[in-house]
Amino acid sequence: MSIVTVQLGQCGNQIGYEVFNAICNDFHSTHGLCSKKENESYQEACKERFFSEEKTGVPVARAVLVDMEPKVISRTLSIAARSGHWRYDHQSHFCQKQGSGNNWANGYSVHGPRYRDVIMNLVQKEAEKCDRLSGFFTVMSMAGGTGSGMGAFVTQCLRDAFPTSFILNQVIWPYGTGEVIVQNYNSVLTLSHLYQSADALLVHENDAIHKICAQLMNIKKISFRDVNQVIAHQLGSVFQPTYSSEGASQYSRSPLGDLMESLVPHPEFKMLGLRNIPQMSENSLTYSTFTWPGLIKHLRQMLIANAKMEEGIDWQVRPPLPGHPVPPKASPNKALHFNTSIANLVVLRGKDVQSVDLGGFRDPALYTSWLNPQEAFKIWKTPRAFNKYEKSASLVSNSQFLLKLMDNIVGKAWNMFASKAYVHQYTKFGIEEEDFLDCFTTLEQVLSSYASL
Amino acid sequence: MVPSTPSLADGRACVSLTRTAPGTRGAGLSEAWFGVGGASPSPVGGGGAAAGARAPLVTAPGAATMTQSVVVQVGQCGNQIGCRFWDLALREHAAVNKKGIYDEALSSFFRNVDTRNGGGDADIHKGKIFSLKARALLIDMEEGVVNEILQGPLRDVFDSKQLITDVSGSGNNWAVGHKLYGYQYREHIVEKLRRTAEHCDCLQCFFVIHSMGGGTGSGLGTFVLNVLEDEFPEVYRFVTSVYPSGEDDVITSPYNSVLAMKELNEHADCVLPIENESLFSIVSKIHQMTSSGKLGSTVKQNSLLTSSAGSIKTEQEKPFDAMNNIVANLLLNLTSSARFEGSLNMDLNEISMNLVPFPRLHYLVSSLTPLYTLADVNVPSRRLDQMFSDAFSKDHQLIQADPKHSLYLACALLVRGNVQVSDLRRNIERLKPSLHFVSWNQEGWKTGLCSVPPVGHSHSLLALANNTCVKPTFTELRDRFMKLYKKKAHLHHYLRVDGMEQSCFSEAISSLSDLIEEYNQLDATKSAPGTYPSRLKIAM
Repeated sequence: MSIVTVQLGQCGNQIGYEVFNAICNDFHSTHGLCSKKENESYQEACKERFFSEEKTGVPVARAVLVDMEPKVISRTLSIAARSGHWRYDHQSHFCQKQGSGNNWANGYSVHGPRYRDVIMNLVQKEAEKCDRLSGFFTVMSMAGGTGSGMGAFVTQCLRDAFPTSFILNQVIWPYGTGEVIVQNYNSVLTLSHLYQSADALLVHENDAIHKICAQLMNIKKISFRDVNQVIAHQLGSVFQPTYSSEGASQYSRSPLGDLMESLVPHPEFKMLGLRNIPQMSENSLTYSTFTWPGLIKHLRQMLIANAKMEEGIDWQVRPPLPGHPVPPKASPNKALHFNTSIANLVVLRGKDVQSVDLGGFRDPALYTSWLNPQEAFKIWKTPRAFNKYEKSASLVSNSQFLLKLMDNIVGKAWNMFASKAYVHQYTKFGIEEEDFLDCFTTLEQVLSSYASL
Repeated sequence: MVPSTPSLADGRACVSLTRTAPGTRGAGLSEAWFGVGGASPSPVGGGGAAAGARAPLVTAPGAATMTQSVVVQVGQCGNQIGCRFWDLALREHAAVNKKGIYDEALSSFFRNVDTRNGGGDADIHKGKIFSLKARALLIDMEEGVVNEILQGPLRDVFDSKQLITDVSGSGNNWAVGHKLYGYQYREHIVEKLRRTAEHCDCLQCFFVIHSMGGGTGSGLGTFVLNVLEDEFPEVYRFVTSVYPSGEDDVITSPYNSVLAMKELNEHADCVLPIENESLFSIVSKIHQMTSSGKLGSTVKQNSLLTSSAGSIKTEQEKPFDAMNNIVANLLLNLTSSARFEGSLNMDLNEISMNLVPFPRLHYLVSSLTPLYTLADVNVPSRRLDQMFSDAFSKDHQLIQADPKHSLYLACALLVRGNVQVSDLRRNIERLKPSLHFVSWNQEGWKTGLCSVPPVGHSHSLLALANNTCVKPTFTELRDRFMKLYKKKAHLHHYLRVDGMEQSCFSEAISSLSDLIEEYNQLDATKSAPGTYPSRLKIAM
């Protein structure tokens, strides 16, 4: 089954390109470390999922590119085509001239409705190219105007037009210290709206990825391209083909469905975080070896201590011991030490995946009490190695990962809202103060729910 | 926004051009622009929007799809600065555009017109550059400056339909500029603006350039601002205003400035105030650095913020040219991200969105760095960091102000050239502790990265600050105004103009006082500890 990606705004389009590029590179990888037959199955599944066949033989990404100004899309289309290995369908894009001016209201209330039909037509066309549609990825940042505002609107349209398909929003969390001054408003508006229409939100934080680039990848002058490539690698490591159940003989046909089923048991809890290990520069890769026990141990602790990468993990944090009273949960403003999960998914790729012991992830102490630990934890795996990593493990988690982050953003937005700064820029386009209040209420609700796990 | 009536030329009619006579263009522009032969790409259908319809244009890549801006230069000062702007804009595009193809970046400020026999005035949207025409309106009530422009090397860049001139000037009298000439020329102005807008596929912004202290720039300039708001309410209005200094030799400049301020308060989206003293200091500083033995020989001439080197202008620079070049560079840098690509674009509508937290607080203090680049190309990051530091020093501001010791409401950094996001972040982290931001906008930074550097530089930075340091400019203006007004000095010159009343004065000073008061209130919060409002409580 196939996934159609909708790339929204500058960020969405820049990242979307890197994702397809990473997937295509992995497709062509000669370091699969598995049998030829296995590799062929993998490639077959990958192609069906992300690309459609063209007469020319060059795979065409299943994607729709949307932006309110033309520079990024035109660049994205041309660099993809230049690669020779894959390209976009040059009809599958829509852009305008003026941009959204970092104004969520402009994206949502003006551009959205105005261009709804054209965009949904393009999406419909892509959907029709699929033999079977698994669902949609949207890629967007929360900080700007198009990705965030128009992205929220488009997500709603997708939900209306495809009520039975899955929708996973890749949401890019901006750097804490401004890229955009009104980013907190835009983020609050985006998150609250997406919560109504998306099945889940998979969050990538610029700050965290930046640190990975600096400390793990050793990149000196980090560019947005570097950041985007790390995000692309992380996404690829989850969504490239895998076997999603023990003893399965075929690659999973429905990755989005499987994901939602495992990780989103309740519509109040849709925030997903992503961790990937190991992560390093290509140079270091050739000199490093890893053991599964080591990787899994680190990944587990990253989950428990809410670490963003495999360095600097706080090993002191422990889950509460059975029989001992659970310590009272601190309110969201105080530092949370132990990260409680609702559900987790671990994806393993590469050598000896069959022998990996994941018992540590089945520990009931990691989870809330609603789900049976057997249900709360799922594994996907494939012996086919990903992107030159002999062994790689990823974790997609529905837990308190994002609680502090979200709380921060809501706090800052609220602080600004109290002074009414910039509000006139939004009311100009039809988003009133009451709308803001509704969004704040929705998010405080979500925060409360996550805090009480 | 006025819908465009597109006219597509058949690119295949683009035969070899005859070279234009040397001397009408100047050294410095790429020969390729006037070269002969070569196939031009055939146009792909794209500009078919019906007049009035807001239907989306699903455009093929390559068709002109970017937004356009129009410059309205009013008065002597406005036109002198404007002239420098067009000259340096051509220089900038020539440096980037080697093939002489009329591209989207050029289309933001220039039309491409076939001026050969029978070519008419139709816009050519693609293919080779024929003749570039500035998207501009030149307005002056005296003929001197505009005539000079039309006889100078830039004459082909403007066409006569873009001018509005008169002979007698405004006598340094805002009322004459605004009420008399405004009334007289309103229809002309509207008609020419409409025509300029019609040539734009998607008009995003008007840039008004004028001075505050005189009569035409100040009076007629702000009248035009009103017209722009009435006729084109959706299009942004960025105003570059040169404020008079204390020793200005025009006695009535405080009156003119305060009367103009009211208009700026009410009708501009963003104002970039400029003070001659600051420009002069920068010019002196550059002069000092480049003529002192040490650095003189290694400075790249065309990199000087004040220089016209490499542009069309070949005659000797006039004294104000260096100062005006600085302002021209300001506008070029401001619009760079809208014209050229980068990893984090910052369009003009984003500037207004992020830097104007309350409608009337739209005065942005600007600074440009570096002032020059040494020929030695090796740029360690230490020098890059110096560029960031300099942007916040009071010596680099274009008005007499010290943002570091006042309160920031918001700050934008537009970086050009070979600079990555990590450089940007490192410097923001480094500089943040020494800057004061208002409590509700502690991380009030807006950033942009444009890949194309300005001519002669490998990188540059434009900082725009919405900062209370602009207040002294306004309070001094008010004080100078009151000195005259209390004695009723020269008032009669104003009041005898039809439509002008005493209330114009009292309203204007009141408007200025209110603005100053808003800044005062913000300043008061600087020392008070921030009290954070309590969050919404959710009942579980």
